[in-house]
Amino acid sequence: MDIIVCVKRVPDTSEADVVITGKDIKKDDLPFEINEWDNYAVEEAVQLKEKFGGTITVISVGDEDANEVIRRGLAMGADEGVRIYDPAIEGSDGVTIAKILAAAIKNMKYDLILTGAQAGDLGEGIVPVALAEMLGIPHATLVTGLEIQDGKAKVKRELEGGLMEVLEIDLPAVIGIQTGINEPRYVSIMGIRKASKKEIKLLGLGDIGLTPEDVGEAGSLTVLEELSVPPVTKVAEIIEGDPAEAASKLAEILKEQGVL
Amino acid sequence: MSEIFVLAEHRNGELRDVTFEMLSGARNLADKMGATVTAVLLGSGVNEMAEKLKSYANKVLVVDDPKLENFNAEIYQKVLSKLIKDHKPVVTLIGHTAFGMDLAPALAVELGLPLATDCIDLDAVDGRLVVTRQIYSGKVNAKVALKGDQFIATVRSGAFSIEEGALNGEIVTESVTIEDVPYRRFLGYEEAEVGEVDITQADYIVSVGRAIKDQENIPLVQELADVLGGVLACSRPVVDKNWLPKDRQVGSSGKIVKPKLYLAIGISGAFQHVAGMKDSGLIVAINKDPKAPIFNVADYGIVDDLFKVVPVLKEKIKEIKG
Ligand SMILES: Cc1cc2nc3c(=O)[nH]c(=O)nc-3n(C[C@H](O)[C@H](O)[C@H](O)COP(=O)(O)OP(=O)(O)OC[C@H]3O[C@@H](n4cnc5c(N)ncnc54)[C@H](O)[C@@H]3O)c2cc1C
Ligand SMILES: Nc1ncnc2c1ncn2[C@@H]1O[C@H](COP(=O)(O)O)[C@@H](O)[C@H]1O
Repeated sequence: MDIIVCVKRVPDTSEADVVITGKDIKKDDLPFEINEWDNYAVEEAVQLKEKFGGTITVISVGDEDANEVIRRGLAMGADEGVRIYDPAIEGSDGVTIAKILAAAIKNMKYDLILTGAQAGDLGEGIVPVALAEMLGIPHATLVTGLEIQDGKAKVKRELEGGLMEVLEIDLPAVIGIQTGINEPRYVSIMGIRKASKKEIKLLGLGDIGLTPEDVGEAGSLTVLEELSVPPVTKVAEIIEGDPAEAASKLAEILKEQGVL
Repeated sequence: MSEIFVLAEHRNGELRDVTFEMLSGARNLADKMGATVTAVLLGSGVNEMAEKLKSYANKVLVVDDPKLENFNAEIYQKVLSKLIKDHKPVVTLIGHTAFGMDLAPALAVELGLPLATDCIDLDAVDGRLVVTRQIYSGKVNAKVALKGDQFIATVRSGAFSIEEGALNGEIVTESVTIEDVPYRRFLGYEEAEVGEVDITQADYIVSVGRAIKDQENIPLVQELADVLGGVLACSRPVVDKNWLPKDRQVGSSGKIVKPKLYLAIGISGAFQHVAGMKDSGLIVAINKDPKAPIFNVADYGIVDDLFKVVPVLKEKIKEIKG
């Protein structure tokens, strides 16, 4: 079985003091990582390969730094890495990223395409479902269970409140992976170093039959107008002091509030 | 007059809250756009639901067909794209839910319409839709403009509050021929496993997030829950990593809890988490990032390292409780 996995490199802003600069945030001091959902998608691909054989291709749309997450995928067990880039791609919306991926993938051989259900940075959740529509193949997103049998996929989609929807879909298909579907394996620095010897194929827009007008702001139907700090409707009363002081004060407050 | 379509979301015969939230948000948008609000209800045997939607919309457009009983992104897409082509609504709103996320991007691509997802606010500027959505886990708001004259947006659950409707929309039934589904078959629903502890019944909840870092550290927070006489719950990553069982997860894909005290430890406050705990009595957050969104729902906060705060807090509470 030949599997393509789409991966994105994203900044980790969970502990960062995010600074807005124009239409983006300041990214130079942020740590970057593979999008959490994509890590589960790569693991799922590797487990399927272990079961059924075949190949895994990791693909990313992004500048040179994206090689980092492609290499990580190779270290986990993928066979090939592909990166698509052109400066004109900056400013592409989610549907346009799907368009770029579709243009590259339609010339490739695949039985299954895995993506994350969403990218944690922009949280759009567009690519898997848009990509499937462009390729004219079935899809399911927010998948927390995947079984392949006789050219079909039995998938569990996670709905709200812990309920699952169980579906059967034909392959090839695009599956958007939700976190928790598996336990992603540990990747050692050594593994990544070894994988870095593998060549990552670079595709430009011309290689996939697109022009600069097809991508970026020009090729997108949505445009980012401005970024702002969310208005604060409620702020917690911050209990000051060193950890011990703050903890003691909190215990007192809990007592005063009648919860102890 | 142009219409705003709001796709009614229902499951097991019940309309879901996000439907009424979107209908409430759509009324404002409709005023700005000089449009009317149409609730679009696809399903099987949906008369009762249609009646419930009447007061929230100028029109309730119903397609009633046994094939529409359970949500199926593929069939829903076919019916909805036909309705959108025929009626040309200026805006189509869909919930940013497991249902909407599986449907909206394919629909937008098929129709060639712009799509903005997970919107928390909707505005009209010169007849165009301008939305607000959150990026970087709620730390930044992004204003996004949609090009053209017809738009699709998915709306975050809880983004709009439900305002009782005083409309009396006419119920209009249309039939759409639905061909057999070539590639996607609904097999059924599966309920989450029921565990030993029901966190929805607890008065005191100590909830722990990714910051706990390792299963080895779970006893630290379990002990705090014990001295409080409460239960231990968690955010999603803690379950994903198998540090705690799924029945302890608070949030949109976990449990909704309303304890007297919710103590969020090392949890950032992603909206999917907040959806499960925002109605708690007293909310206290311990997080070393002063900008963590959890502080916007908490009543009290400590900005510090949980590994330094929790042991002292546990001792102090023990002392007070005697
Ligand atoms: C469809 C869907 C459904 C989802 N459903 C849910 C759900 O039901 N429930 C849920 O919780 N999530 C859910 N999520 C995931 C959600 O989007 C977030 O990814 C998740 O809530 C983040 O969990 P967290 O706050 O524990 O981790 P993070 O966001 O990584 O936050 C960790 C926090 O800990 C702080 N921290 C780190 N170290 C320390 C320390 N030593 N001391 C104190 N603080 C520290 C950091 O500052 C940070 O704020 C869902 C996502 C999707 C796409
Ligand atoms: N630039 C990109 N390159 C490759 N894959 C991407 C890119 N952006 C998004 N994806 C894939 O699409 C999924 C959903 O992302 P999104 O629709 O942007 O929220 C991600 O988890 C990735 O698998």
